Parts: sequence; C-alpha cells; structure tokens
Amino acid sequence: MANTETARPLRWHERLAHPGQFLAWSRHLLWPLALLGALLFAWGLWLSLFASPDDYQMGATVRIMYIHVPNAWLSQLTYGVMAVSAIGTLVWRHPMADVSMKAAAPLGAVFTVLALFTGALWGRPTWGTFWEWDGRMTSTLVLLFIYLGLIALWQAFDDKLRAARLVAVVTLVGAINIPVIKFSVDWWNTLHQPASVFVEGGPRMPMSILMPLLVMTGAFTVLFLLLHTVSMRTEVMARKLSALERRRALEPGK
Amino acid sequence: MIDLGPHALYIVFAYLGVFAVTLALVFGVALNAHTKRRRLAKMEAARKPEAGA
Repeated sequence: MANTETARPLRWHERLAHPGQFLAWSRHLLWPLALLGALLFAWGLWLSLFASPDDYQMGATVRIMYIHVPNAWLSQLTYGVMAVSAIGTLVWRHPMADVSMKAAAPLGAVFTVLALFTGALWGRPTWGTFWEWDGRMTSTLVLLFIYLGLIALWQAFDDKLRAARLVAVVTLVGAINIPVIKFSVDWWNTLHQPASVFVEGGPRMPMSILMPLLVMTGAFTVLFLLLHTVSMRTEVMARKLSALERRRALEPGK
Repeated sequence: MIDLGPHALYIVFAYLGVFAVTLALVFGVALNAHTKRRRLAKMEAARKPEAGA
C-alpha cells in the first residue's frame, strides 16, 4: 500500500510546486518573459518620451508618472505576493512559499526605493518640495523599512525553516500597511493626488496619457515576474547547495 | 528630441536613476543565479565519481 503511494506520479499542482520540478519547468519561462519585457519597455519608453503629449497642468513632468506609478504599484504588488506566500508557509508549510517570500523581499525594497525617488523628483516641480510627511509618502517609507526588516530577519537565522515561519508572521502583520498606503489619500489631507485610473466612472485621464502608463506598468510587472522567477530558482539552488555541503561535511574522511 | 520644458533636469534624473537602479538589480539577480548554478554544477559533478565508485 505504502509502496503504491510512493510510486504514484505527481499531480500537476504537485509538479508545479515541487522544488526540483520547479527548476525544470520555470526554465522555459525565462526567455519568453525577458523578450516580452524588452518589447514592452521599448514600446512604453517610446510612448512615454516621444509619442505622448504634455499634461495641461504639469507640462512635461507628467512623464515622470510613467516610471513612478509602475514602481509604486510594484512596491505594493510585491508585498501582496509575499503576504500570500506567508499564508502558504503558515497554513500549508509549503517549501516553495517561503522560497517565494524570500526571493520577493529585495525586489520589493528596490521598487519602493524607486517609487520614493521618482516621487521626490516629481514632487519638487509639481508641489515645490521633494518630501512631505503626509500619509501616502510616510506609509510608503514605512513599507521600505518593513522590507528592510524582513530582509534582515532572513539573514539573522541559520535555520531557514524557523526563519520562514517568523518572517511569515511579521509579513502578515506588516500587510496592514498596504491598505493604509492605498487609502491614505482618502483618509487624510495630502499633497498626493487621489486614485485616477481605477475609479468609478473610468480613468480620469485621456487615452494619450493612459496608454504609456499602462504599457510601462505592464513592462515593469513582467520585469518583476522575470526577476522573481530567477530569484526563486536561485534560492532553490542555494538550498540544494547547502544541503549537499552539509551532507559532504558529515561524510567520513571529508 | 522632445522639449522637456523648464523641469527637464528632474525628468532626466528620474529616468536615469530608474534605468541605473533597474540595470543594477537585473545584473545582481543574474550574477547571483549564475554563481549558484556554477557552484551547484561543480558540487554535483564532484559527487558523481564518488557515487560511481
């Protein structure tokens, strides 16, 4: 009975999530994602810099929006991916869930830095200041500190399984900050403009400005998918490597 | 080239900064993957003769 169960071929979802199988199938995603990302970036940059009009109020500085909004979106999407992975770690104790969580954290930190950097450079000509301690900017800065804290927490443990559970709990606690970022512009008085794409009645901008924004957001999202997949593969290889090194150290005469 | 107006410097710095950091991120992720893959291949190659012996 037990032998029959061991010999059973893996189901499709087990194949997807098995670390060894993940290395095999995810390899085929890398070049298509890289190619799609490159095409979207080329198209998006063309639209952003050469084929879109100035805004009637902000002038040419609206072009900063095409790189600011995608990075701000990814800073939150990446955290969403980490929060879902944290649930996978705590509820199902799935090894790929904590691999996903660990791989996403540095990417999220970089996207948050870029969102803050481009926001500051957009804020100076638009509001007259690089920085203001208002709800949106402060909660985004808090998000960066959460990312850095989680990265530090991963580094602090040799036992990755123990680290994964603790990081998962902290990740879920930190997820409270995501709705704060999202609704900060509605809850408090702020210099930051309110949502203008996904709003009741449709986007509050003309197609000539919406299009480069959507294409650049798509390009950055594909970049995230690519980097996350590569980082997950690297983490699986790192764990395999450390298991082999441990086994080798335990072998007699080594 | 398009006219970026009086705030051209902010726009150029924003794009250059994002380009540089994104490039560094891609390079870092690729280099890390390459290093781990090579070490793992070396380790597995070293184990094969032992397993065969």
